[in-house]
Amino acid sequence: MEAGLLISIAMVEIFPPSVGTPWSEATSARARQIIDRYPKPRSAVMPLLYLAMAAEGHLTDNGMREVAKRVGLTPAQVRSVASFYTMYKRDHPGRYLISCCTSISCMLLGSDEVLGALEDETEAMAGQDGDGSEELVTVEHVECIGACGGAPAVTVNYELIEGLTVEKARELVQWLHNARPETVGGAECQELFGGRRSFDWGPFDRSSADGPYPAFGPLGTVSVRSESQDG
Amino acid sequence: MTGHSIITARMSRFPSDSHTLDRYLDTGGYEALRKALGMSPQEVTGEVRSANLRGRGGAGFPCGVKWGFLAPGKPAYLVVNGDESEPGTFKDRQLMERDPHQMLEGTIIASYANEVNHAFIYIRGEYPRSARRIQRAVDEAYAAGYLGSDLLGSGYDLDVTVHLGAGAYICGEETALLNSLEGRRGEPRLKPPYYPAAKGLYMQPTIVNNVETLSNVPWIIENGGEAFSSIGPDGSRGTRLFSISGHIRRPGNYELVMGLSWRDLIFEVAGGIPGDRALKCWIPGGASAPWFVPDLHLDLPVTLDDTARAGSMLGSGAVVIMDETTCTLRAAERVVRFFAHESCGQCTPCREGCSWLERVLRRIEDGAGRAVDIDMLLDISDNISPGLAWPPRMTTICPLGPSAVSPILAITTYFKDEIMEHIHGGGCPFG
Repeated sequence: MEAGLLISIAMVEIFPPSVGTPWSEATSARARQIIDRYPKPRSAVMPLLYLAMAAEGHLTDNGMREVAKRVGLTPAQVRSVASFYTMYKRDHPGRYLISCCTSISCMLLGSDEVLGALEDETEAMAGQDGDGSEELVTVEHVECIGACGGAPAVTVNYELIEGLTVEKARELVQWLHNARPETVGGAECQELFGGRRSFDWGPFDRSSADGPYPAFGPLGTVSVRSESQDG
Repeated sequence: MTGHSIITARMSRFPSDSHTLDRYLDTGGYEALRKALGMSPQEVTGEVRSANLRGRGGAGFPCGVKWGFLAPGKPAYLVVNGDESEPGTFKDRQLMERDPHQMLEGTIIASYANEVNHAFIYIRGEYPRSARRIQRAVDEAYAAGYLGSDLLGSGYDLDVTVHLGAGAYICGEETALLNSLEGRRGEPRLKPPYYPAAKGLYMQPTIVNNVETLSNVPWIIENGGEAFSSIGPDGSRGTRLFSISGHIRRPGNYELVMGLSWRDLIFEVAGGIPGDRALKCWIPGGASAPWFVPDLHLDLPVTLDDTARAGSMLGSGAVVIMDETTCTLRAAERVVRFFAHESCGQCTPCREGCSWLERVLRRIEDGAGRAVDIDMLLDISDNISPGLAWPPRMTTICPLGPSAVSPILAITTYFKDEIMEHIHGGGCPFG
């Protein structure tokens, strides 16, 4: 009896029931489209976890429950998948997530100094903002992001900026704070703050990310900044 | 020196629109698919086998032979490995973003050769632009009849799904990738008993090929396997995309015919080291590869077999250059930290060993090193990969753990004095 009670208390703590709201009809419809892309529903867990983040800004217990019931898993099974991958953020990141690569090629060209500048400037700007009720910019260091030829490199909401300097890193944080762009465009950020690239990216890419998760059509997370389509 | 340009030809000639369907069709795109559909699947596989195309993901397994291993069960699947994450490597990103139809045509031909009706393209989560470009190419291919049912009136059906990863290097290991694609934690599977060709995705026969490997397939079908295998030295046929980064004047991806020397690759092709500083060492094939040093390796030919004989590998084709100003201990710590961070945690030698190595390296770098630390590094390494041999012996399910041993071997073999300086000097002599 007592053990049973303890177990149920533990379960309530891990998955408190009825916190958060069920997904909207639009999100549910998107989820059905995603599941239809795969021969088996379980394969849709990863894209659905991104969908859950897009719906609530980060990955919540509610989001994992919504994923679970759509693919026939328990919430705990979904959590076990989500906790394996670094891009599913259970702690609420700011509206802009800056991921600074500090792996070998970036390290050789000064990424530790770039990371330090990003962190310092973010702290300084957050202090200026006053109440600090909303975290606007989150800085994390990540392992290799495949931009070694343009080191040091960062992503903002997974949109790449290559050839950063300490000065440009500070300007990037200031710009995010002051301009507060609705969406983050990779090509635009590269033009404003980037330098040497790993290779010629080709024509200007007008796609941009609407939150701290990858901008990808089937997830519904891409914003197109002008009339013309993504190049 | 380079001579041939196969997979980067279109993007070099037409940098403004090499990714569009119009440009692709203008430059002979999807002609190889038409030709392949007029052949039997076995003939297509035979052509790729005669090309001696070796996998470009890291292991270098012959592509046509792999296709020949596919078990007869149905449904079978083809999975494109676009989870490029080996530190130093950024070639597949360029292929996906600058010539997505080339890779897609290779995927369709490979699917046809293996009688697969559903292919998946797994792209790492940090590459949303690659995923957008590939998805757009897939949408265009459906609209133009290169995908879907009865493609180009051949009676053959193929669907393609683009899948995004979520930040896990280990998913580049093919069985981890399959688990990930099934909606599971990306943990590698035990092999034996089941290899993907027999029981892969959903326990069905599955082929997993790298982006660069498949990008070569349209050219091979159009020009013939013989033409491909007449390029480059024996065992390293065709061209190879090298990602060059670190202390180098002209970093970038270079498509090269193998067989040139490391000296030519570093000093001619990539322009040498900024400020004409001295070359200290380099990683010849991604973070997993044992390092090379100028005294021993600069004039070796860049081929798969010569590199293997010298105790390393071309791996993912990533060359990371370090000049004389580099603290090799710090560089080793950074590579080891990567593997400690990316260990999936299934096998104790890797899970514990990699983070122990990282901590010992960090304390030496921070000035708290002890004289016994070099032996300790080697002892931990020996427990991850017994005998410290090449190719590494394994105590683990996959090669991730043994990869962390490569930088340890490099610094204890070539830069022991530098480690001792850290230990006796109470910190990093490079500041």
